Amino acid sequence: MEMVKVTVDNQQVEVPKGSTILEAAKKVGIKIPTLCYHEDLDVKAMCRICVVEVVGARTLQAACSQPVSDGMVIITNSPAVRRARKINLELLLSNHPQDCLNCVRNQRCELQSLADQLGVQQQRFRPKTKTKSPRDESTAALIRDPEKCILCRRCVEVCHQVQSVGAISPANRGIDTEIAPAGGVDLNDVACVQCGQCSLVCPVGAIYEQDHTERVWSALADSSKHVVVQTAPAIRVSIGEEFGLEPGQVSTGKLVAALRRLGFARVFDTDFTADLTIIEEGHELLERLNKGGTLPMITSCSPGWIKFIEHFYPEYLAHLSTCKSPQQMFGALAKTYYAEKTGIDPKDIYVVSIMPCTAKKYECGRPEMTDSGYADVDAALTTRELAKMIRLAGIDFASLPEEEYDAPLGISTGAAVIFGASGGVMEAALRTVYEVVTEETLASVDFKAVRGLEGIKEAEVDLKGTKVKVAVANGLGNARKLMDLIKEGKADYQFIEIMCCPGGCIGGGGQPIPTTNAIREKRIKAIYDADLGLPLRKSHENPAVKTLYEEFLKKPLGEKSHHLLHTDYTKRGKYPEAANR
Amino acid sequence: MTVTSCNIQKPNLGEVIEKYKEFPGSLLDLLHEVQEIDGYLSRDVMQQIAEGLGISESKVYGVATFYSLFKTAPTGQFIIRICESAPCHIRGAQEVLEAIEETLGIKPGETTLDGKFTLEFTSCLGLCGVAPAIMINDQVYGNLTSDRVKEVLLNF
Ligand code: SF4
Ligand code: SF4
Ligand code: SF4
Ligand code: FES
Ligand code: FES
Repeated sequence: MEMVKVTVDNQQVEVPKGSTILEAAKKVGIKIPTLCYHEDLDVKAMCRICVVEVVGARTLQAACSQPVSDGMVIITNSPAVRRARKINLELLLSNHPQDCLNCVRNQRCELQSLADQLGVQQQRFRPKTKTKSPRDESTAALIRDPEKCILCRRCVEVCHQVQSVGAISPANRGIDTEIAPAGGVDLNDVACVQCGQCSLVCPVGAIYEQDHTERVWSALADSSKHVVVQTAPAIRVSIGEEFGLEPGQVSTGKLVAALRRLGFARVFDTDFTADLTIIEEGHELLERLNKGGTLPMITSCSPGWIKFIEHFYPEYLAHLSTCKSPQQMFGALAKTYYAEKTGIDPKDIYVVSIMPCTAKKYECGRPEMTDSGYADVDAALTTRELAKMIRLAGIDFASLPEEEYDAPLGISTGAAVIFGASGGVMEAALRTVYEVVTEETLASVDFKAVRGLEGIKEAEVDLKGTKVKVAVANGLGNARKLMDLIKEGKADYQFIEIMCCPGGCIGGGGQPIPTTNAIREKRIKAIYDADLGLPLRKSHENPAVKTLYEEFLKKPLGEKSHHLLHTDYTKRGKYPEAANR
Repeated sequence: MTVTSCNIQKPNLGEVIEKYKEFPGSLLDLLHEVQEIDGYLSRDVMQQIAEGLGISESKVYGVATFYSLFKTAPTGQFIIRICESAPCHIRGAQEVLEAIEETLGIKPGETTLDGKFTLEFTSCLGLCGVAPAIMINDQVYGNLTSDRVKEVLLNF
């Protein structure tokens, strides 16, 4: 690699040719303030907060976009630099509601932190008079607040390039510019999949999840309600970050302890129904393989992915497994099986789920998700919302003891834990399908080819002579690539796992902010550590799932399963409200 | 008299999209040509363009709303564009604007009830030499005062 020598604030440093000033400065321990820059996204150079002096240059340069050249002399901290950064920020702020106390991002906002860091202490410029479009609360999962938007365009890139959805773009010009859906309509009227990846990269409080904490507090305070909670696999490896733990730590026991202290009657685990999903979906796959059903079969755990295929590939819905997601299977069983077993009237059972995902809020409100006779799941909190509740309750997370989930809906295996990472559902399914078909015990349960952040992964398994080819995609841009292969008749897979969010649920839209690819890697590692540490690592060995079949469901794909655990899908099309115009 | 597009054979949407399909950077030209058909770009039309070019509708909408010459709603028969850039401003554009608003009873962005006039702002028209200036459809009017502009409007 060709290297160049530059000087940053009197320190000599050698960096690869093509590096930016920002990167060179980082190497000598200087963190230049940035706002529109995001480490996983293209450089946009919109905000000019990162300006520095380059000796010999006529004007200040944007450090995030300006590449270094050999011999360049850079000054990152001079009166001119400080003045320019501050003015640029103050101009942005003059066009921004001064509303931090009432804002969802209070104390976790990049704009607010910069105001502190750059020493803003008074409003020097006339406050804005121009009003933007009103807050958009139309979707079940997300709220957009154009007033707070600083037009950094991170959300646009994520929605277009990463997710290939393209629900929002900059519209209008100049002072009227806003990030908006086509036609300036509500987000619910376009093909947004409610993945919340936009909310994950937004530096301010301009896109965030619909609040479910209020309804959960009310249920917890209602003595007539039996409030149970389920935790998705990916929460245990991310919740600690909200309380200052380093990314990559497993906090299962503390998570359980915190939920108990919040007052939940039973602390259960979505991992239980993840194991159950593997049994149902595994048998569904075998049935399709044996009876000539629609192949490749595609997983259906990820509600953002389901909404995506319903909008963009509605003619391929038969490829989806009919299995509900583990969240919804859990709700349906909590209000039937668990209600019967404990003698509690299902109308008094309130099911809360802790999810890494904003689309789960949308999923639990889908009209068909009422097979128990009630809303199967009553509230879906993001990881961020749960952290907010724990803080409000004054619980010191880091010092909590390790506690165990309650039986029976809290019993699970390592196969369920790995659902939280891209490739996990596939690996868990292979562990079970292999042993069911071959009646042999796997020598190693690790299918490493399907692990990791790579967009599309492939593997082949030999089931006693029958070769099964599988593919795994994470992020909807990669899902689109696989769907196009299917469309062109070029996909020779039998089974495909698709997760809406990059990295799978560990990178979901409801996870702690920041969620960067580097942090995703650490959470993935933690997921596989958690799996390794468990005594049981195959779904079909889960004793509570076995009991569930003996006592209640009778057999996989049986009548009860069909009624409670399986679903169908809706053709939505790309322009969902076109017909109403 | 100005020549209006009515005298020319109107292009067909499908054909225009087909013509530009192979040229990815050609959205602007395409939008111009398509706008000739109905005088504005409807959601339906923008969706068809998005489909044809394989891009998202939000992107088409973003471009269509960025340039003031594109319309996303039906407009009056005559579009009055009043320059809001600095030289016109200094030479009395505000007065001219008020005179138009008063005469027609509409504000920028609005269309008269009879569908005759739409009023809107534009940035510099390149007519600063005769500021303050407006355009009505393809016709240019400069050196305006409130009285002069009222007179101009009366002739329509
Ligand atoms: S987005 Fe940030 S700066 Fe703006 S009101 Fe919210 S916390 Fe304050
Ligand atoms: S939720 Fe997902 S699909 Fe919807 S606007 Fe945000 S990134 Fe795009
Ligand atoms: S909504 Fe957030 S991410 Fe999107 S442009 Fe505005 S500030 Fe940036
Ligand atoms: S961070 Fe460099 S211009 Fe915004
Ligand atoms: S400033 Fe009005 S035409 Fe140039």
